[in-house]
Amino acid sequence: MPEKKLLLGDEAVALGALYAGLSGVYAYPGTPSTEITEFIQRHPLARKRGIRNRWCANEKTAMEAALGMSYSGKRALVCMKHVGLNVCADAFVNAAITGVNGGLVVLAADDPSMHSSQNEQDSRFYGKFAMVPIFEPSNQQEAFDLVEEAFDLSEALKLPVLFRLVTRLAHSRADVTVPDAIREMNPFRPEEGRHWILLPAIARKQYQALLGKQGQLEAEAEEAASFEKVNGKGLGVIACGIAANYVKEAAPKGISFLLKVTRYPLPRNKIRELAAVSDGILVVEDGQPFAEEQVAAFLGADYPVEGRLTGRLPRTGELNPDVVAAALGGIQNLAFEAMPDVVSRPPTLCKGCGHRDVYKALNDVLSEYPDARVFGDIGCYTLGALPPYQAIHTCVDMGASITMAKGAADAGQFPSVAVIGDSTFTHSGMTGLLDAVNDRANITLLISDNLTTAMTGGQDSAGTNRYESICKGIGVEPEHIRVVIPQPANLPEITRILRDEIHYNGVSVIIARRECIQTLGRKLRKQKAEKG
Amino acid sequence: MKKDIILSGVGGQGILSIATVIGEAAIAAGLHLKQAEVHGMSQRGGNVQSDLRLSDKPIFSDLIPRGQADLIIAMEPMEALRYVQYLHRDAWIVTASEPFVNIPNYPDSARLKKSLDTFPNVVSRNIESLAKEASLPKSANMVLLGMAAPHIAILTSEQLRAAIGRVFARKGDRVVADNLKAFDLGREAAKQEIKPES
Repeated sequence: MPEKKLLLGDEAVALGALYAGLSGVYAYPGTPSTEITEFIQRHPLARKRGIRNRWCANEKTAMEAALGMSYSGKRALVCMKHVGLNVCADAFVNAAITGVNGGLVVLAADDPSMHSSQNEQDSRFYGKFAMVPIFEPSNQQEAFDLVEEAFDLSEALKLPVLFRLVTRLAHSRADVTVPDAIREMNPFRPEEGRHWILLPAIARKQYQALLGKQGQLEAEAEEAASFEKVNGKGLGVIACGIAANYVKEAAPKGISFLLKVTRYPLPRNKIRELAAVSDGILVVEDGQPFAEEQVAAFLGADYPVEGRLTGRLPRTGELNPDVVAAALGGIQNLAFEAMPDVVSRPPTLCKGCGHRDVYKALNDVLSEYPDARVFGDIGCYTLGALPPYQAIHTCVDMGASITMAKGAADAGQFPSVAVIGDSTFTHSGMTGLLDAVNDRANITLLISDNLTTAMTGGQDSAGTNRYESICKGIGVEPEHIRVVIPQPANLPEITRILRDEIHYNGVSVIIARRECIQTLGRKLRKQKAEKG
Repeated sequence: MKKDIILSGVGGQGILSIATVIGEAAIAAGLHLKQAEVHGMSQRGGNVQSDLRLSDKPIFSDLIPRGQADLIIAMEPMEALRYVQYLHRDAWIVTASEPFVNIPNYPDSARLKKSLDTFPNVVSRNIESLAKEASLPKSANMVLLGMAAPHIAILTSEQLRAAIGRVFARKGDRVVADNLKAFDLGREAAKQEIKPES
């Protein structure tokens, strides 16, 4: 009997993939996508069926491994936050040229409003760029249902499918009706033929084949788009994914039809039909004005199209029921005004966190060097930018601390210090360290190792217990690989070592290692519960 | 019937556990439910909030529109006040009265209390001390849920108690009993008139 479950959007995707006969999930943790892989890791079916589910070193290794599983005939899911798609863009775009064998679904969770991110890039542009089908569910039930459709379409078209979520859907729970039937996994059946070898002569043929599939992609997406009649005349509304919920919440009276889009390429015929019966079109979409730009372009300059570009909706930030209601002409009379007494309460490093001791020591030493620059990276320790430490000068992308410190040192910066976490180091820091070693760059690298991927909730870190040997293998002089335990009692020792290594003209690495206070606390509570 | 509830507090105070209990009760009652949560960076000691929407009809938006919330349940008074523009005129605020001060510019607590008193429907109690006095220091959030229970209306206290039993079952009978006790304590505390401090 079908069962009702309370699921996050992320969990609905995960369960949908399990029910669709998934053989492997490949991912690097990233808000708001992390809970997909975690759900699969905890699910009994994963153990029963031997579904591959460990964390990967980064999104590129994840995407390529998933492509390999697809090559072998099995269904693979790869999950990431939106900026992760930048990391694996090479593999993603070229997977559209090779095509796939087993179904390959690439899930990108976008973060409009940048709740936990450095930008609000819209992954749909990547899907269009790679010329693959894009799915964008509007709610948790669709998230569950569409995953299987995405796998089926991937196998039918022999293309990867991009599956887009936004934070608000990824991290919101709703009741989802789950059927009984669980699809069997695909058999192991490796691909035949030479079209996976992207030598120019083959790639040109494959690119033509990809172009040849575009008509079919459009027809599929056209069929999936649905009209809802409201008034029959007035403003036409195109709502993409989650935006449809906000439009329905506002229950606007003066609109002609609501055209709900959950698949791309955009359904041009239906959009033309809508335009024909409406006075103008309002495009409501979360993220960047991806659809609005295209709709305005193909309806021509004379047809009024509004949305984020025209200012009818805010240009940035996630949608919410209030801005959508306002764009549809709703007037809100609020009972209470926002209170002036309320001040912001930003996140902070936890009490007792080792990153605090790292920054304390670093600030002590660098107070002697007014020209010092500290290149930061992505993780909990980015909070070192805020008071009381204000210890870093940059945070750009995963791994950039090391390479930016190197580039700045090349330009004459001294001291040039990089601070990176353990998981970020194995994600994208190691190759940059190799560059620094080969150039004998004068940088001091601090790896703040808390034995986990902490920011996203404590997932396994790919290089735990191997940082000294990794740095040594990359070619850092063994006497300049130093290990310290970041706790208040050790501050004199840490500052002494920091001073020495800043003085050393070359690459030095200081590994400050102490377990994350959150994962430690969980471990101790679990031990206590098991005992008592 | 619908109930739009804003849960708010500081990362680590246990608002998601309150949401889990209400959610469990709602699913068992066959209600529709949407619950937007905060995960990731904001959980580290920052303000956290969750929109919880319950209805006997399908719900569209995961977020509550401004001016439509029926209830704020807050683990902290400033965090209760942060969302008042979401309330409608007859809505309730049920909050812990003790400030959680982890920022240097936390407002004067007497002034906060005064601001809170300007709202027509407020239940404010020191849940920490209530929980401690009853030797239930880990169940302060269930005291708060008990205080809020009469205003959740779409679910009965019995349904919420049954949900507490199911949610905490895997932690053992003792934890279930403590949380039920805390819930009942909150219900009683909310009934008592608080005399204005002279």
